[in-house]
Amino acid sequence: MKDFKTISVRGMTKRFGEKTAVNDFSLEFGKGEFVTFLGPSGCGKSTALNCITGLIPITSGEIWIDDECVDNTKTKIPPEKREFGMVFQNYALFPHLTVFENVAFGLRLRRVRKAELSRRVDTALRLVHLEGYAAKFPTQMSGGEQQRVAIARCIVLEPRLLLLDEPLSNLDAKLRVELRYEIKALHERLKVTTIYVTHDQTEALALSDRIVVLRSGRIQQVGTPSEVFSDPANLFVADFMGFKNVWTVRVKSLREIGGALEASLDAQGIPLTARMAWPEGDKRRTVLAEAFRTGAEMRTAVRPEDIVIAGAAGENRIACAATLVEYQGQASQVSATPRLAATSDDGSPLRLDLRTGSRIAEGGSFEVSVPGDKILLFPPTETAAEAAGWTP
Amino acid sequence: MDAVKGSSKAGALPLLLPAILFLVLLFLYPFAYGLYLSLTTAKGEPSLGNYLRFFGEARDFRTIWVTLQIAVPITLVNVGLAVPFAYYMRRGMRGERLITFFLIIPITLGTVLVSEGMLSFMGPKGWLNQLLLALHVVAEPYRFTHNYLGVVISLGLQGFPYAFLMLLGYVSGINPDLEKASQMLGANRWQTFWKILFPLMIPGIAISFCLNFVMAFSVFPSAVLLGQPSGPTRVISIAAYQWAFEKFNFNAASAISMVMAAIELLVISAVLVWRSRMYKGASMVGKG
Ligand SMILES: Nc1ncnc2c1ncn2[C@@H]1O[C@H](COP(=O)(O)OP(=O)(O)OP(=O)(O)O)[C@@H](O)[C@H]1O
Ligand SMILES: [Mg+2]
Repeated sequence: MKDFKTISVRGMTKRFGEKTAVNDFSLEFGKGEFVTFLGPSGCGKSTALNCITGLIPITSGEIWIDDECVDNTKTKIPPEKREFGMVFQNYALFPHLTVFENVAFGLRLRRVRKAELSRRVDTALRLVHLEGYAAKFPTQMSGGEQQRVAIARCIVLEPRLLLLDEPLSNLDAKLRVELRYEIKALHERLKVTTIYVTHDQTEALALSDRIVVLRSGRIQQVGTPSEVFSDPANLFVADFMGFKNVWTVRVKSLREIGGALEASLDAQGIPLTARMAWPEGDKRRTVLAEAFRTGAEMRTAVRPEDIVIAGAAGENRIACAATLVEYQGQASQVSATPRLAATSDDGSPLRLDLRTGSRIAEGGSFEVSVPGDKILLFPPTETAAEAAGWTP
Repeated sequence: MDAVKGSSKAGALPLLLPAILFLVLLFLYPFAYGLYLSLTTAKGEPSLGNYLRFFGEARDFRTIWVTLQIAVPITLVNVGLAVPFAYYMRRGMRGERLITFFLIIPITLGTVLVSEGMLSFMGPKGWLNQLLLALHVVAEPYRFTHNYLGVVISLGLQGFPYAFLMLLGYVSGINPDLEKASQMLGANRWQTFWKILFPLMIPGIAISFCLNFVMAFSVFPSAVLLGQPSGPTRVISIAAYQWAFEKFNFNAASAISMVMAAIELLVISAVLVWRSRMYKGASMVGKG
């Protein structure tokens, strides 16, 4: 493997006719990093991946590995010479070749000597726990085993970059978790630079060094799992990260207390107090102040897990009636309507989702408390956020 | 559990009966009757005479060789051409419908119409020769018809579309990710074709070779219309025809048909053996 420090993708764009599947995608990967592309179906994850491999020609932009130009639309290294490895969602094993021959395929093309070849194939198969499967054909194996072969087939070549396109999505839930651990362990061990595509936030959080959240071909946020999880860049990322309670609010007052910004909000008739630990100079402060001055709408986002059933104490108390209770074992998912019977501008009542271990009966009344520091504030749309220069 | 399975099997038999009856009436009975005829004399006495006469008479016996000389090369050409064409069109291309349309025409028109078309188009006074003369490619009209070439061209026009359409269906059914995977592992187009696509196409190639060969080996109308049925293109089916409808010896004609069937079977088995040698993996080419 040719050694390198960084792979950088600059302004990569892919258009299919009128449709822009990947829009101005720029990102740097350090060697050994595990980066995940996360986003809903159709957001351009696979297209971005295939553009990086060269399997899909890019419309504009550049890809560099240190000072080696991989692709700038005019000159490009063909996919077979990039030394990248790819694992496909449907495994894409060669059905007419045995497991051994599938894994040996790339080595044979590189004319590796026989003794070394079988040593390397054996090592790769051992790494994915498939000793003893060498003589089998892919169709005689389970989905999980096939995907392991696909991974072995790539890592045996020691690729500069390993790309996995939703490798676990055809597997059942249990196997998915199992193989996820194995991918993680394999990465810890081999430290191969990896791009992993998924629409499953749990997978992304569990595996990644960094997560790239995509929407309609555009990068929404790049950050560590904890950054993306607790400090989403906009409403879209928040929604994707499970902030289900998105309420329309107006800012009634703003004040500074001990380095944090405290906002009194009116959520369709329900008073809320939110505290934002935004540092001095954070651009979001200006946007919020502007919203307060003009009386513009904002949105709050709160995780169901962060809302608690109120005891004696607790701020932001809301009395509600449960409309739907979904038992999920350890906890229950509850949908409720606040008693204050506030209706939003479009007439629908505010909906409150929470997750709680306490037993709540359907139709029963109870009081919840929303911790003020768990309330996130956003401009009402991602475009508004972008226009206002809203960046965490 | 087993009882249920058993009863479902027993239940299937009556449902299969019409199909079995159909097969027996349409296929097995004529074959068995032909075999019986070929092994008896006109009076119905058992005899190997029909076969001995066929293999003993050079005029009849050599038709096997004549027919193979026509059928084998053109089948190889048809399938050999169909493979690259199907490969290039596997992901669709502009004008694919038009191309397919023109390919289907010879199939829908039938042998006789195609032969007549060829006679006038490629005949000594046809457009093709006039064009070649005008371009000074030839000094005098080239003979495309009423010879070996005529029969072979007509079999090409008829057989190629079958081979092509069949293989096209076959290749476009191969999961496109396999090609991408091969490429990502370092294979160029050529290597990907020979190591991945071609092996996966082998079952399709085998089947289309068999069909094309059987079609070419039993050639009759174009051998009569476009060839020289008295000599160089006196194929085996003409020999059978002459015994049956000129000499009214159905026993001898049946023997020739049996020889035809045997040769076809031999070639098909050879192809299938080749196929199983080349393609060992499970014959599943799903889209994954
Ligand atoms: N070959 C193509 N021609 C035209 N449009 C395409 C093509 N490939 C992808 N697209 C479009 O580009 C967008 C992104 O597709 P892509 O396959 O990258 O999505 P994805 O994020 O991988 O989705 P999924 O999670 O469903 O795999 C989609 O809207 C899709 O319709
Ligand atoms: Mg995809």
